[in-house]
Amino acid sequence: MINFFFSDPKITIAAKLLELLFFLMGFVCFYTGIKNLTDRENKANLGTGVFWIALSIVLAFGRWIPNLINGILVLVMTLPAILRQVKPGKSIPVDPAYSEAWSKKFNMAIFIPALSIGIFALLFAIFTKLGALVGIGFGVIVAIVTLMLMNRDNKVPTFFNDARRMLDIVGPLSMLPMLLASLGAIFTKAGVGVVIAKYVGMIIPQGNVNIGIVVFAIAMALFTMVMGNAFAAITVITVGIGAPFVLALGANPTVIGMLALTCGYCGTLCTPMAANFNIVPVALLDMKDRFGVIKRQWIPAMFILAFQIVYMLAFK
Amino acid sequence: MLIKLLGVLIVILGFAFKLDSILIIVLAMIVTALTGGLGVNGLLETLGQSFVANRSMGIFIVTLLVVGTLERNGLRESAARLIAKVKSATAGKVISTYAVMRVIFAAFNVSFGGVAGFVRPVIMPMALGAIKAKGLEPNPEHTEAIKGFAAGSENVTWFFGQVLFVGGSGALLVQSTLKNLGYEVNLVDLAKVEIPVAIFATVVYIVYTLISDHQMMKKYYGGDQVSAVNKSENPKVEA
Repeated sequence: MINFFFSDPKITIAAKLLELLFFLMGFVCFYTGIKNLTDRENKANLGTGVFWIALSIVLAFGRWIPNLINGILVLVMTLPAILRQVKPGKSIPVDPAYSEAWSKKFNMAIFIPALSIGIFALLFAIFTKLGALVGIGFGVIVAIVTLMLMNRDNKVPTFFNDARRMLDIVGPLSMLPMLLASLGAIFTKAGVGVVIAKYVGMIIPQGNVNIGIVVFAIAMALFTMVMGNAFAAITVITVGIGAPFVLALGANPTVIGMLALTCGYCGTLCTPMAANFNIVPVALLDMKDRFGVIKRQWIPAMFILAFQIVYMLAFK
Repeated sequence: MLIKLLGVLIVILGFAFKLDSILIIVLAMIVTALTGGLGVNGLLETLGQSFVANRSMGIFIVTLLVVGTLERNGLRESAARLIAKVKSATAGKVISTYAVMRVIFAAFNVSFGGVAGFVRPVIMPMALGAIKAKGLEPNPEHTEAIKGFAAGSENVTWFFGQVLFVGGSGALLVQSTLKNLGYEVNLVDLAKVEIPVAIFATVVYIVYTLISDHQMMKKYYGGDQVSAVNKSENPKVEA
C-alpha cells in the first residue's frame, strides 16, 4: 500500500515528500521511545516508551491506518500522559565548556545552520509548489549537513540523541497542538458552534461585522486569560464567535483568523494562568513580586490588542 | 441543546483550575462526542482522522533534530557575543537590543534558551553591568523592574515574532481551525498578516521599556547624577 502510494503518478511530489517528512517525524519519536524504553535510569520507561512509540506509528503511518485504529492509538498514548508516566530519561548533557570552545571557533558561523530552517521554509513556500513544511524538512537536512561539516564530532547519532534530549523535555505536551485541533474538529461535528452562536446571538446583534470583530478579539483575549492558553481558546472561540459573527458575514478569513490568535496572545501576557511565561520566570529570576512579569506586560498588551482590533476593522 | 456546551465548560474550567492539559482535552472530547450524538465510533473516527490530518503541527519535532545540536555547538554563546557587540549604555537599551534580536530570530524559529538559559545568565548581568558602569550600585527595586522587563521582552518578542515563521504551530492551528469551518487559507498569507503586528508589538515594548527605565534612573539615582555621569562618560548619547 505504501509502495503503491509513492509510485502513484497521480499523487503530487509535494504530497509524497510530505509523507517522507512524516516518516522522519515518526522516526524521531520512535527513537525517543526505544531509547526511553531501554533506559534503566528512566523509572517510567514503560509509559514513556508506549507514548512515543504509539505517537510514532500515527505520525509515520497514519495515512494508511483506518481512522478508527488511529483514534484508538491516540487515546492509548494519552493514558501514560495523563497518568504522568511519560518522563525524561538519561541523555548526554551539553558541556558548557565544549559549547563555549566551539562558539569561539565558529565565531558567528553557527547562525548559518540556525537560520537555514526558516530561510528554506520561506523560500519553498514562495518559490516552489512543495510548500513550507517540505521547506522546513529540507532546511533541517541542510542544517544537519552544515553542522557535520563544521564540526566532525557531529555525527548522525548526535542529532538523534540531541533530538531525544529535547523531545524528552517537551514531553507529552508535544501532542497538544494536534489534540487541540482534533478537539476543534469534534466541536464542529457535534454542532457546538451552532449552540454557542445561538446564545451569544442573544447578547450581541448578528449581522454587524464590526461589532462581531470587536467581540471576537476581546473574547479571544479574555478566554485566553481564563484558560491560560491561546491555542485552546482559539478552537472554542473561532467556532462559537468568529465563524458565525464575523466570517459568515464575508470577512477575510486570513486576516481575522490569524489576528484572533495574536489577540489571544495579548491575553496570555496578562494572566498568571500562563504560568510558563509569566510565573516560572519570576522564580527563575528570583523576583520578589509574583506578578512582577505581568506588571511589565499588561500595558503594552492593551496597546497591541487595540492595534489589532483597528487592523481587523480596516482590513476585514 | 445546552448540554452540548458541557465539553466547552470542561475546557474552560479545566485549564482555569490547572488540571492536566491532555486530561482536559480528552475528557472534553469524550463528553462532547457523547452529548453531540457522535457516539464512541464517531469519536474515535473523528479523533483519528483529525489527528492524522493535523500531523503537520508536529513539524517542530523534525526541527528538534537541529535545535539540540545547535545548542551543543555553542549557539547560545554566540548569541551572547552578538548582543554584547552592541554597546548599550543603560539597562533599558540592553533589553531593547535583546528584543530586536529576539524578534528577528523568532521569525526563523530560533530561540536561545529562554529565561533560564539566556535571560538569567546573559541579559541580566549585561543590564546590571550597564548600571554599574556608571559607577552606581543597582537599586533593588530597579533591579526587580529590570528583571520584569527582561522576561516581558522575552515573551512579547517571541509570541509576535514566531507567528512570522512560515509553518509555525500557531498558524497551522489557525489553518486547521478555519478548514474545519470550510475556509482555505495559506501559511505565507497568514505570516504576512502578522508583520505589522510584530513590528508594532516590538516597538511598543521597547518604547515602554526605555521610558520606564529612564524614569527609574531619575527616581532611584537622581536626575542630576545620571545626566552628570552621562555627560562625563558618554557625551554623545545625551545630546
